[in-house]
Amino acid sequence: MNLTTTLHGKSFTFRDVKDVLARANEEKSGDKLAGVAAQSSLERVAAKQVLANLLVSDLREHPVVPYEHDDVTRIIQDGVDEQVYAEIRNWSMAELRHFLLDTASTEAMIRRISTGLTSEVVAGVCKLMGNLDLVYAASKMRVPATCNTTIGLRGTYSTRLQPNHTTDSVPGVTASLLEGLSYGCGDALLGLNPVNDSVGTMTEILKRFAQIKQEYAIPTQTCVLAHIKTQIEALKQGAPMDMIFQSIAGSQKGNEAFGFTTQTVQEARALLKSHGTSRGPNVMYFETGQGSELSSDAHYGADQVTMEARCYGYAKAFAPFMVNTVVGFIGPEYLYDSRQVIRAGLEDHFMGKLSGVPMGCDCCYTNHMQADQNDVENLALLLAVSGVNFTIGVPAGDDIMLNYQTNAYHDAAAIREVLGLKPIAEFDTWLEKMGITRDGKLTELAGKPELIFGR
Amino acid sequence: MTQEALVELIVKAILEQTQSVVAPAVKDYNSGGLASAPTANPHTSARIGVGRAGARLRTDTYLQFRADHAAARDAVYNDVPAELLQQLNLPEFVTQCQSRDEFLTRPDLGRVFNEQTNKAIAAHNPQPCDVLIYAADGLSSKAVAANLENILPVLTESISQQGLRCGRPFFVKYGRVASMEQVAQLTGVKVVCVLIGERPGLGSAESMSAYMAYAPTVGMPEARRTVVSNIYSGGLNAVEAGAYVAEVLGRMHREKKSGVELNEG
Repeated sequence: MNLTTTLHGKSFTFRDVKDVLARANEEKSGDKLAGVAAQSSLERVAAKQVLANLLVSDLREHPVVPYEHDDVTRIIQDGVDEQVYAEIRNWSMAELRHFLLDTASTEAMIRRISTGLTSEVVAGVCKLMGNLDLVYAASKMRVPATCNTTIGLRGTYSTRLQPNHTTDSVPGVTASLLEGLSYGCGDALLGLNPVNDSVGTMTEILKRFAQIKQEYAIPTQTCVLAHIKTQIEALKQGAPMDMIFQSIAGSQKGNEAFGFTTQTVQEARALLKSHGTSRGPNVMYFETGQGSELSSDAHYGADQVTMEARCYGYAKAFAPFMVNTVVGFIGPEYLYDSRQVIRAGLEDHFMGKLSGVPMGCDCCYTNHMQADQNDVENLALLLAVSGVNFTIGVPAGDDIMLNYQTNAYHDAAAIREVLGLKPIAEFDTWLEKMGITRDGKLTELAGKPELIFGR
Repeated sequence: MTQEALVELIVKAILEQTQSVVAPAVKDYNSGGLASAPTANPHTSARIGVGRAGARLRTDTYLQFRADHAAARDAVYNDVPAELLQQLNLPEFVTQCQSRDEFLTRPDLGRVFNEQTNKAIAAHNPQPCDVLIYAADGLSSKAVAANLENILPVLTESISQQGLRCGRPFFVKYGRVASMEQVAQLTGVKVVCVLIGERPGLGSAESMSAYMAYAPTVGMPEARRTVVSNIYSGGLNAVEAGAYVAEVLGRMHREKKSGVELNEG
């Protein structure tokens, strides 16, 4: 394994695989905060050069968190298809990149090879990709999943409708929900982030979701994103739940900081399958975001892209319906500006798809970042072109509860119209039946929930 | 058909055609029930009922959003006015951050001061006291500007009424919540409270929080902090908040604990 290179007459030597991976990252404030970033632009490229010549086996054999200490590493390593791995273990990372980009590489071929990759390999090849490479490679891959309906089929582009409210007021949530539906949002999920993480609150909201879903015969999924343990309790008490949500990290320590273990996820999933209201088989919803491991000191000196890839490797073991990278929520100490956020959104989507999880993205920003609404509109458009399963929709882009901004209800309709994409088939039929869209475009009724729903 | 009749027909046809071509140009783009300002919904402050222009926001909705974002950005990036600090007689101590950008990207530096400032903070409170209250800009200077002059007098007054000695307040520029660990160590005061600007949303940039702890130490679990948040005119107003925070600080001093432990009684 060669960890040394010469670039523009200057010699660079890296400590180990973890060091190469970190320094090969595109610039991120979180890697600087962690003290693992490249010290110069030249060193960044030198690390990429070294990385390009490492073998797939070099990365597999050097996971950034030791196998013995971490169940995320164990789940990823144990999940590798050894037969496929044996075929590609001697590929250089540059060869892997060429394989993914090659016109002759079909989706089926890529899907097969992806079963032989660990998350470090997925992150590694991502670091050798430009933004258009990430779009190009990701656009070849689709990862569909089925809960009540099937998300992620080619030609579709879905949204999670996020009707958050400052006090979880049921009439307030309902008003935002109907507004969102009237713009054609919500085919991926009607999903609320509660203020109050309690069984009572989440059950009340879930019952309202179920009632509206039934009253208007809406073919979709519902979820209230409380802590996984609160959801387990609500489910035991009979709340109508289509899926179970949890934020995850790329290390066991990170997951423990989120207050759950792998056993908790297994319990939740089994319980949902037996007591849930959905068809399945995909009943889990995970959220991630670069930098969360560093924020809980659970990054083991690794960079945030590699830790993020490990989230997807972990998520895959539970066959989720949705994985959502909440890309700009964490703040400027991890992703400083729109350049870093857009890059991270494209990286996460590519890595998620290559890992084999049904990937979506909350294209978002906080008010202390150097980013604005133009940037998340750019990112949503780039991701829709890349074949992202879903993005988020909130009233006019402003989430009054989480105090951040993401895509507006209007955005998905605009993107679908521009790119000729459709919602999930059953939902599309429902939109046409309700008179919200005609031939895929918003009608005169769209945006007028009082006329559509009579309330 | 006479020639005249034919001409009439042709003219009529042309007129109809012209009208249909012209018609869109005179369409009322303020119409369609989308003209009026968003109807306020009594149940939510979310931007609903906003209508649309095609599949995009209407101009008024778009500009309102832009204005609110601009205000939030200014709250983050602008400094607390020097006049306010003078008026309240608060000296300013700066953390190790050199700029707003560094403050935003290096939370670790927003918790500590250089040697000289360490000495100045200690020298500002040479007498022993029971409770120390200070302010920090955090993520919203606007929150400090909007609330500090209302909350601070109530707080110090209420602390004194409880028979406790209140230290001399000050202001920390580029300050994070966890600067309180350093302040406690420098001054030797057990009960410390920082009044700090919260990350602004589009709805309001004036929300302030009071973070408190008993004998805070570097590396302590977050669960040892007590917080009173949402202090602003649209939430918990500053005067009421001052009385409440003083009461919590008094309890902290009596029971010698804070955070989750204090809640558990």
